[in-house]
Amino acid sequence: MNTSLGNVLRYTLLIAVGLIMLYPLIWLIGASFKTNSEIFGNASILPENPTLDGYIKGWETSTPYTFGRFFWNSFLIILPKTIGTAISCALVAYGFARFDFPYKKILFGTVIATLLLPNVVTRIPQYILFRDLGWLDTFLPLWVPSALAGDAFFVFMLVQFLRAIPRDMEEAARVDGANSLQTLIFIVVPMLAPALISVCLFQFMWTMNDFLGPLIYISSVDKYPVSLALKLSIDTTESFEWNRILAMSVLTILPALIVFFLAQKHFIEGISTGGVKG
Amino acid sequence: MASVDLINLEKTYGGGFRAVHGINLNIADGEFMVLVGPSGCAKSTTLRMVAGLEEITGGEVRIGGKVVNSLSPGERSIAMVFQNYALYPHMKVRSNLAFGLKLAGVPKPEIRKAVDEVAAILEIEPLLDRLPKQLSGGQAQRVALGRALIKKPGVFLFDEPLSNLDAKLRASMRVRITELHKRLKTQGLSSTVLYVTHDQTEAMTMGDRICVMQGGHIMQVADPKTLYNRPANLFVAGFIGMPEMNLIDGRLDGDAFVLGDQRLPLDLSRLPRRPAQAVLGVRPQNLTPGATGLTGTLAHVEFMGHDVNLHVDIGPARMVATMPAADFDRLDRAGDRVTLTPDPSALHIFDKDSGDNLSL
Ligand SMILES: Nc1ncnc2c1ncn2[C@@H]1O[C@H](COP(=O)(O)OP(=O)(O)OP(=O)(O)O)[C@@H](O)[C@H]1O
Ligand SMILES: [Mg+2]
Repeated sequence: MNTSLGNVLRYTLLIAVGLIMLYPLIWLIGASFKTNSEIFGNASILPENPTLDGYIKGWETSTPYTFGRFFWNSFLIILPKTIGTAISCALVAYGFARFDFPYKKILFGTVIATLLLPNVVTRIPQYILFRDLGWLDTFLPLWVPSALAGDAFFVFMLVQFLRAIPRDMEEAARVDGANSLQTLIFIVVPMLAPALISVCLFQFMWTMNDFLGPLIYISSVDKYPVSLALKLSIDTTESFEWNRILAMSVLTILPALIVFFLAQKHFIEGISTGGVKG
Repeated sequence: MASVDLINLEKTYGGGFRAVHGINLNIADGEFMVLVGPSGCAKSTTLRMVAGLEEITGGEVRIGGKVVNSLSPGERSIAMVFQNYALYPHMKVRSNLAFGLKLAGVPKPEIRKAVDEVAAILEIEPLLDRLPKQLSGGQAQRVALGRALIKKPGVFLFDEPLSNLDAKLRASMRVRITELHKRLKTQGLSSTVLYVTHDQTEAMTMGDRICVMQGGHIMQVADPKTLYNRPANLFVAGFIGMPEMNLIDGRLDGDAFVLGDQRLPLDLSRLPRRPAQAVLGVRPQNLTPGATGLTGTLAHVEFMGHDVNLHVDIGPARMVATMPAADFDRLDRAGDRVTLTPDPSALHIFDKDSGDNLSL
């Protein structure tokens, strides 16, 4: 009797808190179907006269390009960045976790030290470097560093995960005649899969949301990713069409939401580490 | 031909710890050699150097007469069975078995045939489409065995393969592995085995020869019978045999072993030298209650079913004598005085300082 009452209380509380946390999101989705005037005139979540106006006009944008172009740009950054991150970080982490080589401790220390380095410190030198390489106003500065294992956090995460996995399987593979690379591909990567999926998801979401990077390196509107494009629609119109902005915001978070729910199971397995079950 | 020779083999770990102190061991083609010793005596280290999983820091390993120091494990014509099976967790049993052959580029139909053959021998056909996590310990161990068998290697390396199994399963796997070895031998397949265990029962029942190790040194290499009857030193004497051999400190005087105020007359003419301090060694099975010998107080009687163990305090020393329970009924109970008569042909005299068995 007590437990059922307790359960009711518990779930009521959880639902209430959950609703408060989700309120902005729900409001955003509701408001994206409202007319511009209703957004400020009516506090209810559900629109009185639902309209797709915001989506249609927002998609067209005030530039010569549709919003689809900006999604495509984001995709062109995210795809090589995510794949490159997965491959390069797996290689580097495997090296650090499984091999002995000269100066390993110092090198690993350096990798970890870059974790602690504030981003702002490297902005200007990086900008100058990429300018000298002639990479300004291209996507290259946005994904090449990450595709070369530039994200120390991911390397660190994979190293920790690998350390929790016993080496026996890899040794068995070596006895079975596999070389280091074959061992990595056939044995280590499958065991590392949950962690690698988490890495890809993080990279995907962070890149999708990254505003500062594109702002610094991309100057042509036709190369804007969605994060910049959203801001663009605020800048260029005199009176902001909030419903368009909100509609495009909904579209922007949609890919991340979909990917997250598809990969949720692996994702949680990955960040709660644990390695292999016996 | 896949003999294995260890020549002055040494291992010094990164931190400067010397785990293996230049050991020499020759394992003949087709021989079942067991490495046995207490925990930390570098059995695994030695085995892993043969496998190529641990760098050799001194000396040589030869397989089939060829120095393999710089060869990778895959090039050494070896197969290994690990203590915790080390099956590839994301592959079905079938793929686990096939992995090595696949890497070697063996054609698919041949792989299939080999898998079926090995599965039949080990009775794991119904398990072929399962994942390792869906197997019991014993089944997983058989798959691990199959993964070694399928490669038809020159040398099998085992590192405590049975220690994760319960006692019953261990006993049956022991027989299975021994019979498998015999079978390979009669088929003319090279089947040299190097088997690491800390369990002396496994060592005694499985090995053609046994290599007893301690602290990175080899204490004795011999067949089980010799090891049991003629232990070369105190360590081997104490390590092999259940219950343990009685090892009693004392000294030699004239032609007797002196313990406290008791004298045990012995034939000491064969001893090459007289140690300052001697240790008398006699197995519990070689002591019988009698009229002459060493006398003490019966402290404790252990009933073992077929046998009983008598624990007798003789001066400062405690001796154990094992005899059939049937004979014991007529004997005294705890607190009584008992005289134990050793079988003179089964007595050993050790030098306490060097540990050597002087009576061999
Ligand atoms: N990577 C290492 N670095 C330093 N010392 C090590 C390393 N591996 C093992 N040792 C040491 O080498 C010695 C031998 O270890 P090894 O694992 O070969 O023992 P073992 O005979 O197999 O013992 P067990 O029966 O417990 O498996 C031990 O003292 C151990 O502490
Ligand atoms: Mg070991």
